Amino acid sequence: MYDAPHTTERNVTKQDIKISARNVQVYYGDTHAIKDVDVEIEAQTVTAFIGPSGCGKSTFLRCLNRMNDTIDIARVEGEILLDGEDIYDKRVDPVQLRARVGMVFQKPNPFPKSIYDNIAYGPRIHGLARNKSDLDDIVEKALRRGALWNEVKDRLQAPGTGLSGGQQQRLCIARAIATEPEVLLMDEPCSALDPIATGQVEELIDELRQDYSVVIVTHSMQQAARVSQKTAFFHLGNLVEFGETSKIFTNPDDSRTESYITGRIG
Amino acid sequence: MPLLWLIVTVLALAGAGYVIARMRALKSANGDIRNLHSLPSYYGSNAAIKVIVPALLVLVIWLIAQPLYVGSVVSGMIPDSEIGEGSSRDLVLAEVSRTADGIDAAVAQGVMSEAQARDGGADVEVLTQRLKDAGQIVTGAVTPAKLAAAQRMRVLADTARQVMAVVVILLAVAGLVWALRETEKDFRARNTVERSIRGLLIAAASIAILTTLGIVLSLIGNTMHFFRLYPASEFFGSLTWAPSFGGGSQLGIWPLLWGTIYISFVALLVAVPVGLFAAIYLSEYAGSKMRSWAKPALEVLAGIPTIVYGLFALLTVGPILLSVFGNDGLGWMHGTRAVLTAGIAMGIMLIPFVSSLSDDIINAVPQAMRDGSYGLGATKSETIRQVVLPAALPGIVGAVLLATSRAIGETMIVVLGAGAAARLSLNPFEAMTTVTAKIVSQLTGDNDFASPEALVAFALGMTLFVLTLGLNVFALFIVRKYREQYE
Repeated sequence: MYDAPHTTERNVTKQDIKISARNVQVYYGDTHAIKDVDVEIEAQTVTAFIGPSGCGKSTFLRCLNRMNDTIDIARVEGEILLDGEDIYDKRVDPVQLRARVGMVFQKPNPFPKSIYDNIAYGPRIHGLARNKSDLDDIVEKALRRGALWNEVKDRLQAPGTGLSGGQQQRLCIARAIATEPEVLLMDEPCSALDPIATGQVEELIDELRQDYSVVIVTHSMQQAARVSQKTAFFHLGNLVEFGETSKIFTNPDDSRTESYITGRIG
Repeated sequence: MPLLWLIVTVLALAGAGYVIARMRALKSANGDIRNLHSLPSYYGSNAAIKVIVPALLVLVIWLIAQPLYVGSVVSGMIPDSEIGEGSSRDLVLAEVSRTADGIDAAVAQGVMSEAQARDGGADVEVLTQRLKDAGQIVTGAVTPAKLAAAQRMRVLADTARQVMAVVVILLAVAGLVWALRETEKDFRARNTVERSIRGLLIAAASIAILTTLGIVLSLIGNTMHFFRLYPASEFFGSLTWAPSFGGGSQLGIWPLLWGTIYISFVALLVAVPVGLFAAIYLSEYAGSKMRSWAKPALEVLAGIPTIVYGLFALLTVGPILLSVFGNDGLGWMHGTRAVLTAGIAMGIMLIPFVSSLSDDIINAVPQAMRDGSYGLGATKSETIRQVVLPAALPGIVGAVLLATSRAIGETMIVVLGAGAAARLSLNPFEAMTTVTAKIVSQLTGDNDFASPEALVAFALGMTLFVLTLGLNVFALFIVRKYREQYE
């Protein structure tokens, strides 16, 4: 399974399982949105979810940090384990969980606060900084890792909403990193960005793989091929195929996957 | 010709114009509406508009201008000797006009013949007696000069009305002819009607604006009059409010302004937290079912007449406060009427203003903001405190400012709840009064309307107007600035 042509280049070795989802079902009211999904997300790996619109990939992503809890009619069944613990267990605090599993959204959504306060928001809530200089360090580190530091270091007090679209998205990624999550979920992070900003964010995702396991939902198959090591193909609420990205894109097992990748469905 | 008949005639001409123009248009197209530029009803409407609009416009302007013209002519007839001590030409003119109305009514009742009414050499005594017999109130002594002026006024008004009727009907007919002449199948009646509808809408908008302008101008006129009788430096400088209709009043605005500000402040202290928390609950926590009945229920509060709140203040809030802070309790309060009584009742009145506006503003904060915060592991209240409220803050400030201008303009609650004593005090358990309550008390009752004690009401009104206008402009400015953030 590891003999696909680009594996050596991507330096993927057998990894620890970070998130393991088994037999997951999601219902929105009477609609059965996700059916029997089993996925294993590895640490220090970028996993891409691809599939046509409405196939449930975003819904499934939102299950991984219980963001669906904020939607009244959504109901999740099955088992999702983070480091072996069931995240839908009654003892798990969804708020704490979201601090461990950060999320970046489709549209850049900086808070109407300064750049500094945007980054410091998470650390302040979770009490990650002992004092002001500690917080300054966290902000600087997050901005550096978000590849934004050089562009904004002279105007940390300027409003975050004043940045360009690509900068705003990197600000949101930096904001998510600042709380030191273990997993970073990205819901079509580049769909509102131009190609140059997309390139910058993709480069950033590749760097983030050093420390986090990243799950990215994308509409662009090229993007999935560029940034991910593992790819899951969703279709009509089912997980059709899950495996090495190189295999999915060159030699898929399922005919539906092949049809989607070659542009015949979707 | 009576006014009603004049209007009916114009409308009848318009109706005829509609029918004829419609037929003419159809005829010009040989009965096939596909050959017409517009639907037949547009040709009819065009004719009706051209009959009605110029005629009624002239009618309205004439009705406004006629009394002004007649008044100025008659005013010249009154010799200076007729204007007594402490009176003015305007007052005498009002008397003349009342006499003229009295004669009109007497003629209408048949007590007097038209010839008697117009008789230039009529005996004043006899005529006055006749008017009294007819049940007409005749104020003061009707002197020969005044009588002559009244008779002249009647004649002038009568002539003017006749000329007006002729002019209006001529205009209506001219409009009808014009519309019928242009009615043929290629005439763009639809576009003409469209323009008229635009004109109608513009007229409606300008009436609202012009009324505001008129109110301001009338306030300014009377305020200037007041300041000629009473020095502005005293009005804005004196700390005492002690009007006495015998003269020697002290009319300092500060005790009233202080009462207004103090009571409004107490009201906001009640309304802002309660309203804001209610808004947060409704927009962020309540389910859609709860929201669908709780929000209208809260807004019912806004529909209660303020006099009812006044009764609530007097009969419920006051006694409850008195039982706690009064002589039986802490001994701080000596009557049900106090700043606190009025302030609390007014605060309850303002809750729906604050909550309803804030609710809309909080709902306008994009869901993406909340998602972003939840995605970082924030709780609901952290999200609201640190993301939603800061984002909505300018709009909430705007809502509070609008509520403030409501509080400043409130009258009935104050009259019933706060008492009538003008004082400068910090004690919230004392009775105080506000600018609005004093405007009421200065203008009601049997007062001489030309005295500074009555005219001060306009200066007070003007002050309030400037205050609330300033607040509203400031509120709109803030609300608009907020809107720019998310668009």
